[in-house]
Amino acid sequence: MHLKYESQLREPLVTGDKNYHQVTEDILAPIEGKPTKLWYVGFYIAVALLLFGVYSVYREVTYGIGQWNLNKTIGWGWDITNFVWWVGIGHAGTLISAILLLFRQGWRTGVNRAAEAMTIFAVMCAGQFPIFHMGRVWMAFFVLPYPNSRGPLWVNFNSPLLWDVFAISTYFTVSLLFWYSGLIPDFATVRDRAKTKLRKHLYGLAAFGWTGSTKHWQRIESLHLVLAGLSTPLVLSVHTIVSFDFATSVIPGWHTTIFPPYFVAGAVFSGFAMVQSLMIIVRKVFGLQDYITLGHIEAMNKVIVTTGSIVGVAYLTELFMGWYSQSKYEGYTFWYSRANLFSPYGWSYWGMMACNVLSPQIFWFKKMRRNLFVTFFMSIIVNVGMWFERFVIIVTSLYRDYLPSSWSVYYSPSIWEIGFYLGTFGLFFTCFFLFAKYFPVIAVAEIKYVLKTTGNNYKDDMAEVEAQKLDEFVHDYAH
Amino acid sequence: MAKKKFVIGCFDNEDVLFPAVKKVRTAGYKIQDVYTPFPVHGLDHALGMRETSLHTAGFIYGVTGLTTAISCISWIFTKDWPLNIGGKPHFALPAWIPIMFELTVLFAAVGMVLTFCYLCQLAPGVKKHHFHARATDDTFVMVIECTDKTNTDDLQAFLSNAGALETNLQIAEEGWWFGRYDQDEMPFESTQIVAA
Repeated sequence: MHLKYESQLREPLVTGDKNYHQVTEDILAPIEGKPTKLWYVGFYIAVALLLFGVYSVYREVTYGIGQWNLNKTIGWGWDITNFVWWVGIGHAGTLISAILLLFRQGWRTGVNRAAEAMTIFAVMCAGQFPIFHMGRVWMAFFVLPYPNSRGPLWVNFNSPLLWDVFAISTYFTVSLLFWYSGLIPDFATVRDRAKTKLRKHLYGLAAFGWTGSTKHWQRIESLHLVLAGLSTPLVLSVHTIVSFDFATSVIPGWHTTIFPPYFVAGAVFSGFAMVQSLMIIVRKVFGLQDYITLGHIEAMNKVIVTTGSIVGVAYLTELFMGWYSQSKYEGYTFWYSRANLFSPYGWSYWGMMACNVLSPQIFWFKKMRRNLFVTFFMSIIVNVGMWFERFVIIVTSLYRDYLPSSWSVYYSPSIWEIGFYLGTFGLFFTCFFLFAKYFPVIAVAEIKYVLKTTGNNYKDDMAEVEAQKLDEFVHDYAH
Repeated sequence: MAKKKFVIGCFDNEDVLFPAVKKVRTAGYKIQDVYTPFPVHGLDHALGMRETSLHTAGFIYGVTGLTTAISCISWIFTKDWPLNIGGKPHFALPAWIPIMFELTVLFAAVGMVLTFCYLCQLAPGVKKHHFHARATDDTFVMVIECTDKTNTDDLQAFLSNAGALETNLQIAEEGWWFGRYDQDEMPFESTQIVAA
């Protein structure tokens, strides 16, 4: 008799005829084989982008942020847009690993490892923007509070920009610990199967000497549960604090109390879209369709349509408040600078509306949620839309605020600012390609743990048990 | 450190493992540990282990983080460098909540992970004796510590009877040492075998 039981109504999360050994074989196959040509092509493109980004950053560091075409009122342009965009993407991983762990959602096991990796890489990319936006990047350590010879002049603990420093560095650290502590048992599996001496040594180092002792499993499970409990408010706090960067200011279009929930929903929305883009490629390239099933894709699409609609409600609420508040400046920002298609940046607002609010609505249909092409296409659209959202918030509020005399000229980024953005794509994908090749992209131990509850063949066995008459069933299985 | 004598039994199914654990413990043998490829729920209770107190440690670390944040910030902003920010109060508690929260989480998470690694003796460069190469793949390895009086042949037969697919006798070092997984040598070799 199986120790755990799950209803037949629930779709199996591991398809095909699997046993524990087969799970190991399937998931570790890409690590143990040689990288494919496609992998090399992708990896070199990513490295090339990264190098272009490094050169763009070099220009910025040498000549100053004027290189980016930032102007008199638009002090935040593509750089902070990209920062918020990447941080938002970085929200899905911890949401999947922490919140879905607390809610006992079995489908998280198929995607949590890659989503957490994505989170870590996205936060790394995000961090580059505020750091280089400082201009004099060699002074970046001034954001850290430590006794110093400048007074001591402390950082301003009342400033949302400093809260950001704490929030993002804490988020990065905790996500990294969560991710790595989950990786230790899987590295041990790779180590124990390694054929060459080098692999045995390196994975031996990475696995920290893990043996699989029952006591260690007991402790690691307790650790993960508490880390999940800590990460859940943490993940909500991070984008809340990012939204405070805007909401605590007095710029029309930013000075709103709706920002924290609206930003968090948007972050989850874009993060899940990025997970979809990556997982659809990963499952295809590595042949992991048995572990990342259409059921997983569908579950994530449900999250996308939910959060997309929350974001849509937030947009409409803002428009309504722009009129209802009877504030001239708010009204001008929302109804002229944004919602008017023929205003200079009207295209970005309507691009955002089309990508984020209208198009995800097709996921109300089950057929669409389970269609890989539609999902992949939509995942790209959503991330384009979420980029527009941050651009709209930042640029349309900054270019015309209170005094017409200080309205700025039309802002468009320079090639070096675009290059910096492309460079973070390079960083992200370089990391992701290395991860996909050298790390188990699916949590092997966690899949084994749910295999007998949700594996296809095991569920079939349980179907017989379910067909039993109640009194027979009670006789056989009651304690 | 001295070596000890162990008898191991390998199982491929947790449904067989649980009754076997019960039988072995009833027969009075001392199970050193069971090595499993994934967390098997209830096994810790079946082996008579107590609950871990790692979460209590986490709570203490969290409180430490909170205290650190509140004491540092209030000292800095009220005593060391009382900066006038728009005439607002120096002791601006609501504005510090984000940092207090972040430091609570940071201290709790980092502290717990370090404690976890310390308790389980996990670190890069640490090497331990592995009773079976497939304990991290698909095999549940029950390790029983032998005393002077243990009849190892009887014990192996007993384990096979309880459903073990493979049994053997190993003389092994129990603790950890610094070593590389691609090399077999130990920093010091002791041939002395100590019975439990």
